[in-house]
Amino acid sequence: MVKYIGKRLIYMFLTMFLIATATFFLMQTLPGSPIASYNKLNESQRAIVEKKYGIDKPKPVQYAIYMKNLAKGDLGTSFVFKGKSVNDLLVNRFKPSFILGAQAMVFGTVVGILLGMLAALRQNTFWDYGSTFFAILGISIPSFVFASLLQYWIASEWHLLPVGLWNDGWKSSILPSIALAMGPLALSARFIRTEMIEVLNSDYITLAKAKGANGYEIAFKHALRNALIPLVTVLGPVAAGLITGSLVVEQIFAIPGIGEQFVSSIMTNDHATIMGTTLFFSAFLIVVIFIVDILYGIIDPRIRLSGGKS
Amino acid sequence: MEKILQVIDLELSFHTFAGEVKAIRGVSFDLHKGETLAIVGESGSGKSVTTKSIMRLLPETSSEFKNGEILFDGKDLTSLPESGMQKIRGKDISMIFQDPMTSLNPTMPIGKQVMEPILKHQKVSKAKAKEVAIELLKMVGIPNAEVRYKMYPHQFSGGQRQRIVIAIALACNPKILIADEPTTALDVTIQAQILELMKDIQKKVDTSIIFITHDLGVVANVADRVAVMYGGRIVEVGTVDEIFYNPQHPYTWGLLSSMPSLDLEEERLYAIPGTPPDLLNPPVGDAFALRSEYALKIDLEQAPPMFQVSDTHYAATWLLHPNAPKVEPPATIIERMKTFRGSRYYEGTDGNLGGEA
Amino acid sequence: MQLDKQQLPPEKFERVVIDTDSAERISKPSLSFWQDAWLRLRKNKAAIVSMVVLVLLVLMALVGPHLNGRSGDVQNLRHANLPPKIPGIEKLGIFNGVGELGGQKLDLYEVKKVDEYYWFGTDGLGRDLFTRLWEGTQISLLIAFIAALIDVVIGVAYGGISGYFGGRTDDVMQRVVEILIGIPTLIVVILMILIMEPGITAIIIAISITGWIGMSRIVRAQILKFKGQEFVLASRTLGASHNRIITKHLLPNILGIVIINTMFTIPSAIFFEAFLSFIGIGLQPPAASLGTLINDGYKVMEFQPYVLLFPALVISILMIAFNLIGDGLRDALDPKMKD
Repeated sequence: MVKYIGKRLIYMFLTMFLIATATFFLMQTLPGSPIASYNKLNESQRAIVEKKYGIDKPKPVQYAIYMKNLAKGDLGTSFVFKGKSVNDLLVNRFKPSFILGAQAMVFGTVVGILLGMLAALRQNTFWDYGSTFFAILGISIPSFVFASLLQYWIASEWHLLPVGLWNDGWKSSILPSIALAMGPLALSARFIRTEMIEVLNSDYITLAKAKGANGYEIAFKHALRNALIPLVTVLGPVAAGLITGSLVVEQIFAIPGIGEQFVSSIMTNDHATIMGTTLFFSAFLIVVIFIVDILYGIIDPRIRLSGGKS
Repeated sequence: MEKILQVIDLELSFHTFAGEVKAIRGVSFDLHKGETLAIVGESGSGKSVTTKSIMRLLPETSSEFKNGEILFDGKDLTSLPESGMQKIRGKDISMIFQDPMTSLNPTMPIGKQVMEPILKHQKVSKAKAKEVAIELLKMVGIPNAEVRYKMYPHQFSGGQRQRIVIAIALACNPKILIADEPTTALDVTIQAQILELMKDIQKKVDTSIIFITHDLGVVANVADRVAVMYGGRIVEVGTVDEIFYNPQHPYTWGLLSSMPSLDLEEERLYAIPGTPPDLLNPPVGDAFALRSEYALKIDLEQAPPMFQVSDTHYAATWLLHPNAPKVEPPATIIERMKTFRGSRYYEGTDGNLGGEA
Repeated sequence: MQLDKQQLPPEKFERVVIDTDSAERISKPSLSFWQDAWLRLRKNKAAIVSMVVLVLLVLMALVGPHLNGRSGDVQNLRHANLPPKIPGIEKLGIFNGVGELGGQKLDLYEVKKVDEYYWFGTDGLGRDLFTRLWEGTQISLLIAFIAALIDVVIGVAYGGISGYFGGRTDDVMQRVVEILIGIPTLIVVILMILIMEPGITAIIIAISITGWIGMSRIVRAQILKFKGQEFVLASRTLGASHNRIITKHLLPNILGIVIINTMFTIPSAIFFEAFLSFIGIGLQPPAASLGTLINDGYKVMEFQPYVLLFPALVISILMIAFNLIGDGLRDALDPKMKD
């Protein structure tokens, strides 16, 4: 187990290093220069600005400085928000994104698990077809389409909830959370249905029936736990989907979160912020996948002793 | 002897995409108190389905009782509501499955799994149930049961897991224990241990056992009576001696001839030709006729009734009809019959009592 | 269990010789793997309906832009912001050209003195949305199909070589994949799109650059599974060349799983294109794709919801159809396969 974790950690650092390097050099080839937004400046003013952001030095030197700062956890200074460090920007915008993501995750997986169980226990009935169709919708309809529709009907037409922004407390978070939750909901519903059906056909469920267990005990005491364990493995893709979703959902609902900032930094050619956010997202996903793998080993008694997943 | 379970003319079908599979086509047998009844037959003969239908463990959506009754304790199990069945399962009738590697819940400690039927069917405290469970684990030969109680199934070997499954089955002192090929998936040495264990336990708790197997060696070892199934029907039933030493049905002859033996000097092992019948379109008449070298014309037209051979011995073959020609069973079967008092080939001194009906 | 009392004629008891071969007559015609899969797929109503819908959408994407003789990029400001009006259906009270103007519900076609019918309305520049919708669908499908094709080619080749040759080749190739798989697709796609000239090629490259990894891993796992099986060993023992083993034994066996996976690759490519265009870094105006159309529609959603409605419907139906077909194929080709 320790050896396995060690190996995984080395890979994680290697991956992060590659992403950082690739991001840095890709940024240099970007067609638009960040200085473009300073068009009105004259030669000497530009030189001052370039010096200030350290982009007057040769590329390898810039790279060395960047990596050195990165090692210290410093993501550099934003080109657009004057004088603000990327770290500060991320910290300020972390909270809304985190709240939305967490709410979507909890709501999506809980409802998804229930729907999946319902489908599996009432296989080939109206409930099964209904929840399966719902899951297909959730997987198929792009988050930005769903978010737009929610915003149009529930906020603009019926005025039930705020159209957007982050200034109405919890109410502001409901619609964007629901929009984000569709992905995890659909994924876990489908996953749990397949797993449950397989578990329900297994010998130990027949044995549980032979012991006299009733439908409730079979579903919750015997089947659910065994179906839930593999669900952990979809958390990685779910997290990736949440980030993708957050870019558009935060945009649509004008939420001051990291996703919204990432999109606007792309629009304004804010190199430092693009790089910083890219690294942040990558690190987040890599850590989630790592935790998922470790967690899987911990909660499945079959792997717990034999040590590590191969 | 007291009849504890009566299966009368049971017919059961599965509804599949391909059509109706007539898995059981009129099965009748009795189970007496304290006896071990072995049901033998090839895969697909309906032996497993018969016992699963007694427990009503077949999927309700795709299986259907077409006819017949299963009488237990004054009730017909085919028409009992599910809640009533739940009170019987694990308490009065319990079951051991074929593959111990998959029949325990992998994410639940084994102690909890043994406790479950006790808590379910008896009004006892958790502490008491735990005590009973540990007792049971000790009885089936799990060493160090107090410690291993908390362990998960994957931490046990196949033989030990089957012992645990047996402990679960015995938890409420069932009147009937159904063992569905309990030793098939185990190593030969472990098989013998499990069989010994089951015999021991039967003496201790005085339960009736239905033992399903395709292994005639196991049958000889454990059974009091034997029912031979073929194509969804019982073709021959009798005491273990009657079936082994005075078999009447050509299928039983085939089964016994294909059993390797050290006593008889055979050049090569006999194999029954052909494959079991397709129960989607079951053959008319005697289902075995198509694979039998003793087939009669009538076999292809009409299913044979049960002919009585002795008080305890019945066989469904037209060969026992008074009009049927006398046929010579295979040589190895004649060898067997020579030792059986009452068979027509008996060579002992008690005189031939006449084997044919 | 009573003795049979009925009188049966003795000739019924003549012995007959049974040809045991006839007992083994095969009662059903034997089906090839693909025939069997097709039979199973045909039973899946959702998949069949999806196929029909998909064929219709592809046809519309091909012929739709030419149906009403209008070009998708001709601007006609006099005809701007017209709601949908369809001959025949207009009498039912929908698609009758009525829209809001200054808080009143009016037939905007009358107000603006337009005699023509714009089936799906026009946008703020007076472009015909019906034509643009199908042009956009065409572009989106084109991007998705090419991206999926590239994924399949690279994925099968990479996974196949890695799995088949094994050893050091496999080691090196898998280390590369292990690092690449750690990089989130979204990040790669966005970075790639940023450094390239915006356009179809850029989007296709961005989507394909990591898209093949999933396919390669699946193919490798399948190849590893089959390559150790007896029929391949037997063939090798008989002196079959690599070429023969790969084309005759391995590829036919992994074809099913490749097809299934492709069915899920296409909708994900459609999604990524639309996603990129929606956040504004995909296709650039005046080019139309489902993503740009949805983006355009979203901007005017409050006042002209129909601009959003049609592309949103088409993309959702496309995605649903591909997913249902993928599910259906998965059940048909391998009922036991889970993911």
